[in-house]
Amino acid sequence: MLEIRDLHASVEGQAILNGVDLSVGPGEVHAVMGPNGSGKSTLSYVLSGREGYAVDRGEVLYDGRDLLELEPEERAAAGLFLAFQYPVEIPGVGTMTFLRTALNALRRGRGENELDAMQFLRVVRQKARALGIGDDMLKRALNVGFSGGEKKRNEMLQLAILEPRLAILDETDSGLDIDALKVVAEGVNALRSPDRAMLIITHYQRLLDHIVPDRVHVLAKGRILRSGGSELALELEEKGYGEIMGEAA
Amino acid sequence: MSRVAAETVEQVRSLGDRYKYGFVTDIESEQAPKGLNEDIVRFISAIKDEPEWLLEWRLEAFRHWQTMTEPNWAKLGIPMIDYQDAYYYSAPKQKEGPKSLDEVDPELLATYDKLGIPLREQEMLAGVAVDAVFDSVSVATTFKAKLEEHGVIFCPISEAVQNHPELVRKYLGSVVPYTDNFFATLNSAVFTDGSFVFVPKGVRCPMELSTYFRINAANTGQFERTLIIAEDSSYVSYLEGCTAPMRDEHQLHAAVVELVALDDAEIKYSTVQNWYPGDENGVGGIFNFVTKRGACIGARSKISWTQVETGSAITWKYPSCMLHGADSVGEFYSIAITNNYQQADTGTKMVHMGPRSRSRVISKGISAGRASNAYRGLVKMLPGAASARNYTQCDSLLIGSKCGAHTFPYIESQNRSARVEHEATTSKIDDDQLFYCRQRGIGEEEAVSLIVNGFCREVLQQLPMEFAVEAQKLVGISLEGSVG
Repeated sequence: MLEIRDLHASVEGQAILNGVDLSVGPGEVHAVMGPNGSGKSTLSYVLSGREGYAVDRGEVLYDGRDLLELEPEERAAAGLFLAFQYPVEIPGVGTMTFLRTALNALRRGRGENELDAMQFLRVVRQKARALGIGDDMLKRALNVGFSGGEKKRNEMLQLAILEPRLAILDETDSGLDIDALKVVAEGVNALRSPDRAMLIITHYQRLLDHIVPDRVHVLAKGRILRSGGSELALELEEKGYGEIMGEAA
Repeated sequence: MSRVAAETVEQVRSLGDRYKYGFVTDIESEQAPKGLNEDIVRFISAIKDEPEWLLEWRLEAFRHWQTMTEPNWAKLGIPMIDYQDAYYYSAPKQKEGPKSLDEVDPELLATYDKLGIPLREQEMLAGVAVDAVFDSVSVATTFKAKLEEHGVIFCPISEAVQNHPELVRKYLGSVVPYTDNFFATLNSAVFTDGSFVFVPKGVRCPMELSTYFRINAANTGQFERTLIIAEDSSYVSYLEGCTAPMRDEHQLHAAVVELVALDDAEIKYSTVQNWYPGDENGVGGIFNFVTKRGACIGARSKISWTQVETGSAITWKYPSCMLHGADSVGEFYSIAITNNYQQADTGTKMVHMGPRSRSRVISKGISAGRASNAYRGLVKMLPGAASARNYTQCDSLLIGSKCGAHTFPYIESQNRSARVEHEATTSKIDDDQLFYCRQRGIGEEEAVSLIVNGFCREVLQQLPMEFAVEAQKLVGISLEGSVG
């Protein structure tokens, strides 16, 4: 489903990714772990098409298509979703309005009927309840004045509503207490399905106690230094990044 | 609101043209000769069969106007206007004034239909009465009979001059005297039509009143005059909308609006101004020089202005409140959007005279392309304004790097117990916000429209529901092509 080959990327002339290779199949959950500054967030922004992230070499295929050619909204329409590490505040735009605008934009892109207000309300209420999100939060302006935990739950709500085929979760666990972490993990687990792939980017192993990945990759200095099964995450927790990076050097 | 916003965005998408009101109606019209002199003033007065006192008033205004020069203090580049090279009266030709809607020229009804303003009462927006002004005359007023049952007078001002001369004579020029300013004085001399509203004591007007202004004829100035009087403990909500065809030459629009609120009365006045703004190179468009002022004469009276200004090549307009009454309240909510080469210098004046009078100003300026957008506001506390309060908030949003936003607050206080607060912010549409929207599948233009609508929300919420939708659409359309 997702094929990253020899990906080199830079920001303002500074090389950040130095040849990333990664292959994710349908239904698989992969974790990308790494220390600060290893290029984890850059990887998620390059995949989602953020401006200012230049691809210098390599290619990314998504369902056999050249992903890097597409505009960000086209990637979204093709089923790519990024849960942001720092969700953005948009004053004056209600959370419901935003969600409905996004869902209908995607539905239009896929040639499906748009949902009217009542149909949408039903969808949203049901999915919000599962994530412990009340009507009150849905009525507030998008992410404005939300706590860190509320912002992350809101990202998970969007994930649940937009039902992407490839979800990238960028440090979704940061800033969450253990209860919120469990809620988020349950939300993600509920979305696991044979045709949906996930890429979970995280610094810490603790999220992986709750979302057990099929594969774990260690990203450092802009490259994947090691890959393995879910047990690799535990090894990292025990030994720290230093040893792994030392081994590879 | 959320439902409206989403629908709006969909509607914006479905509208291909940037300015869809730019068509011309092919209708025979009757015009005064080109140019401006005393004979033209007499012609206009005669064609409307006006009483002597009104002709005299017009002539005094005209003579005074000849001694005046155009104001040049605004942050606007105004090309020379040749006041002799325009028509001051143009009316669609009809044998007699229409007695009912059945007699209105079908071509005119079709024009208003096309503008989304159906004039046949059975098709009307529920609960909205409309006066339609086409070039210099009012062509139709709906729901008159129903309003009369409540004692509310809603008619063209030319008709009010005939049927209610005592009211017109008492209040015309009482808030904006004919000596007020260059454009108001010009209007006093040559005003052709406009709306008149009178709400008697204790009456809450049962429906929204609305006037729809349309400039059609070429080289024609539009000079309408609106007068609204709310007697003790009455309430009225009034809305005006404006459009004009796309023409390469500029056209002048110089209106005057006067509002009078007596004890405990409330007037809510909303404007959705969408005159033709000119093309993306700054060719054509309406010059909009408007004087709007309300007098809160009575104790506890309230006047609230809400404006959404998206059109016109140049906008020069400062809807104001003269707060005479004790505990009177003035409000000004404004959205001004300028794109391409549009220029706007707009704001308000809140003049506090009554004790404990309060005013609130919320201004949202949005600038894109090479446009310039200035907020100019005066808050004046006179010696009688003990414990008066004002709160002003003006926010500017910039899209792109070639536009400008300016804020000119003037504060004068002659009473130590009065309080004035002013807050101002300037921001740009944030790349993070745009990327976030786009990552969720929302295209760039739709995202800008969404973010700008959010920025304007406090003001949009003040509009009557029926018009909030229209206004949100306009916000999106006005900014098309402003990113990327």
